Amino acid sequence: MRKKAIIGAIALALGAIGTAHAQVSGGVIKIGVLSDMSSLYADIGGPGSVQAAKMAVEDYGAAKKGLKVEIVSADHQNKPDVGSAIARKWYDAEGVDVIVDVPTSSVALAVTEITKEKGKLFLVSGAASSDLTGKACSPNTIHWTYDTWMLAHGTGSAIVKTGGDSWFFLTADYAFGHALERDTEAVVLKSGGKVLGKVRHPLNTQDFSSFLLQAQSSKAKVIGLANAGGDTINSIKQASEFGIVKGGQSLAGLLVFLSDVHGLGLEKAQGLIFTETFYWDQNDQTRAWSKRFAQAMGGKMPTMVQAGVYSAVIHYLKAVEALKSDDGGKVVAKMKGTPTDDPLFGKGTIRQDGRKIHPALLVEVKKPSESKGPYDYYKIRSTIPADQAFRPEKEGGCSLVK
Amino acid sequence: MTEIFGVPTQALFGQLLIGLINGSFYAMLSLGLAVIFGLLNIINFTHGAQYMMGAFCAWFLLNKLGVGYWWSLALAPVAVGAFGMLVERTMLKQLYKLDHLYGLLLTFGLALILQGLFRQEFGTSGQPYAMPSQLSGGSNLGFMFLPNYRAWVIVASLVTCLATWFVIEKTKLGAYLRAATENPTLVQAFGINVPRMITLTYGFGVALAGLAGVMAAPIYQVNPLMGADLIIVVFAVVVIGGMGSIFGAIVTGFGLGVIEGLTKVFYPEASNTVIFIVMAIVLIIKPAGLFGTQK
Amino acid sequence: MADGQRVAVDRGPGLGAETKVVAHQKIAFAVMAIAFVLAPAVIYPLFLMKALCFALFACAFNLLIGFGGLLSFGHAMFFGTGGYLAAHAAKVWGFPPEFAILLGTAAAALLGVLAGLLAIRRQGIYFAMITLALAQMIYFFYLQAPFTHGEDGIQAVPRGTLLGVLDLHNIYAMYYTVLAVFLAGFLLIYRVIHSPFGQVLKAIRENEPRALSLGYRTTHYKFLAFLLSAALAGLAGSTKAIVFQLASLTDVHWSMSGEVVLMTLLGGLGTVFGPVVGAFVIIAMESYLSELGQWVTIAQGIIFVICVLAFRRGIIGELGHWLKKPL
Repeated sequence: MRKKAIIGAIALALGAIGTAHAQVSGGVIKIGVLSDMSSLYADIGGPGSVQAAKMAVEDYGAAKKGLKVEIVSADHQNKPDVGSAIARKWYDAEGVDVIVDVPTSSVALAVTEITKEKGKLFLVSGAASSDLTGKACSPNTIHWTYDTWMLAHGTGSAIVKTGGDSWFFLTADYAFGHALERDTEAVVLKSGGKVLGKVRHPLNTQDFSSFLLQAQSSKAKVIGLANAGGDTINSIKQASEFGIVKGGQSLAGLLVFLSDVHGLGLEKAQGLIFTETFYWDQNDQTRAWSKRFAQAMGGKMPTMVQAGVYSAVIHYLKAVEALKSDDGGKVVAKMKGTPTDDPLFGKGTIRQDGRKIHPALLVEVKKPSESKGPYDYYKIRSTIPADQAFRPEKEGGCSLVK
Repeated sequence: MTEIFGVPTQALFGQLLIGLINGSFYAMLSLGLAVIFGLLNIINFTHGAQYMMGAFCAWFLLNKLGVGYWWSLALAPVAVGAFGMLVERTMLKQLYKLDHLYGLLLTFGLALILQGLFRQEFGTSGQPYAMPSQLSGGSNLGFMFLPNYRAWVIVASLVTCLATWFVIEKTKLGAYLRAATENPTLVQAFGINVPRMITLTYGFGVALAGLAGVMAAPIYQVNPLMGADLIIVVFAVVVIGGMGSIFGAIVTGFGLGVIEGLTKVFYPEASNTVIFIVMAIVLIIKPAGLFGTQK
Repeated sequence: MADGQRVAVDRGPGLGAETKVVAHQKIAFAVMAIAFVLAPAVIYPLFLMKALCFALFACAFNLLIGFGGLLSFGHAMFFGTGGYLAAHAAKVWGFPPEFAILLGTAAAALLGVLAGLLAIRRQGIYFAMITLALAQMIYFFYLQAPFTHGEDGIQAVPRGTLLGVLDLHNIYAMYYTVLAVFLAGFLLIYRVIHSPFGQVLKAIRENEPRALSLGYRTTHYKFLAFLLSAALAGLAGSTKAIVFQLASLTDVHWSMSGEVVLMTLLGGLGTVFGPVVGAFVIIAMESYLSELGQWVTIAQGIIFVICVLAFRRGIIGELGHWLKKPL
């Protein structure tokens, strides 16, 4: 009898040690929300992304399922050196298992490298560069929400189809701006349009009058704004001052978020056409979630980046629960192998190159008379199906795609 | 249509005019800086933050108190100027006997504090400020469409600059001020309250920055960083014009606006940097600046 | 250069007055060196390495302002040049780390020669403005140059193997290499300060016309100090690029020039150990308080203001004043 008990006890102990390997590191799942908390993109991601992550953990019911989840956050100030230092510190010294958000392409590229080196996981929601699933793809990175290819193709081809076949580009003189301009130019030319000129302005330009004047004299039907944040807002504001839209030209915002439209006001932003992948007023589920979000965020409705953080964290937690492990490589494989389903983006899949696929929305900003209240800003013109919205896997140049 | 270097002359005139408009801001801002440095020997790095405060003041007045643009043009500079005088009384006063560079470091630190506080409160997306209805719209000049507001900016700036120049160079008050900088003890012996004059002058220079801020509010984004990159450009303008010269600051401000405007046509990426190239050249050839005198 | 004459300076204890290598400074150095050798056991080495690189940068800057009396507003151009050239050499040309760092330092020195030739004839605020103007032009150049990749920076820079034997991917190997570089730079600066050349430099700072009248070619001395300061700033930048495997526009932006002024001011202008302390405090603030967002900038501004109004000697300066021995 005693022998059995001893054997039983040993077996139990061995069993416990055995399953310990498949457990979560340090007993805690630590999610690091790395975003721009205080500058250009703070309203696009920022504290809103942290809130979205918290909501994801709550809604998932992590506590009830016995998973301990902790969320930490930091401000990368849009600088790759700050971002990479934080990422290293998090992975090395603080036991962070996954980093989410990062709304700046240059920082995202740095964090991708470090994540690969350390074998962790990186869920990008904010950054736009399509290189993250192309040249710079990594087995440890999943690119959620959107990218420059999707923006260029969605917005570019839609506008050319509706008659905007001559373009003039106003581009931020930054690697990101150049990439956006290049991708959109390719789409315009392929769709049969012409590019009549381009001008590159320094980043964070206050005064666009000179550049807008050049755009006006080009007589292009469409002025493509290959810039972001404050530069886009300034260009649109001053375009209305110079009567550009009244003069018959239209503005194509290549990277515009809900928070930008809110900052501009409908008076100035009306008629803008661009592509997003989430809008709070799409359906009942998105409305319900967004209202909860807004309550915690002082009335601000979520942007697609923040929605993306929610969606990514939920899918991540599902994978971790199924695997009972937070080892970066295994979780990525599980996430890629499982189709996604959440109230915000609906059903989607994650490809081998790390690209998450979901439908895209072509939106137009409402006229002031058409809006019923704050944040009621978009008319959804059309929905681009998931398999057409993003760059075909083979064309990216990603080494993971066989 | 004739062309100069591949740009049609019509378009060029448009760009020159826009350059003048930008130059108006440079002139107004560098005027404040030149007054402060030329007369008080204080290097006021906070000028950009004070410009920003002027814009925020206008925004606050409009959105929270319902006070319109025209009133803000008077009220905001006074508020910012008062703030400036407080700074001068409490902090700058102690630095007069030290090397100039301490003044620069102090005002640089102040700028960081102000910008940080505003950013903490308002974020960086910027606040919209409505264009005053009397100045909206514009006229078609043939070679370009000139918004009325921008035309107003040129006029207002010219008037302010000329008025300031006149007061300082041609009136008794200005003479007292200039004398006080040269020999404060003697002037004080004549019964003039020199410290108070200095405080008021600093306040005036700062108020000019605030005024520029109000004028910028309807056309540029009212955001906490609007002065940050502008301050080094304005410094360059003052240095090029000659650090003590009011006239130099005005002329250089407008001139550099035009040069920057032309650069935007021919080599737009460099438009932020051309001012520094000019400054480097001027400093090498004529270190006291174009209109300055070596002190 | 040095005329072989010792310039007799007898002003009692105080800043920059001693000519001999004094015992208490040797002790302070030993304490500092031992602390750094042992530190990785308790403090995250990456933070220490960042602080050491910036400490070297601040020491180089201090050489120019604390001992030469010249405030440069453009020192980031040397720091960033060192970083970019080292990163490019290591990543694209496949240089081993020691050569990449040497190349970065040499590039910064070359830039120092060119900038020095243009700037050195001016004083005070004009000198500061010329260095700022040059730094802005260098920033623009790096923004446009394709090899820097704009705001993405040069990423994934290989750390490589030092002298063919030491794999720098091991964090301790990297740390002790950085420490060695820092100590070497620090000792070089120390030696310069306490040499006849350093004495003349101090004399020029105190009273240039007098030094001129004594027969010293002050422009040459200032130029050499500028060059040395530039080269060492480049060394700091190159080392940082290898440690972080990244060179970006932040390193050449004018706010970086402002930061090094802050570090030196806080630590103590013209002191030997001040810049090291100043650098550590500022880097610690940025690393450990980063969750506070904008409050870090506000805190930095407050430090500037307090240092200028009430704390002009800086941390080490006040300590030295209290101990009545220069540090």
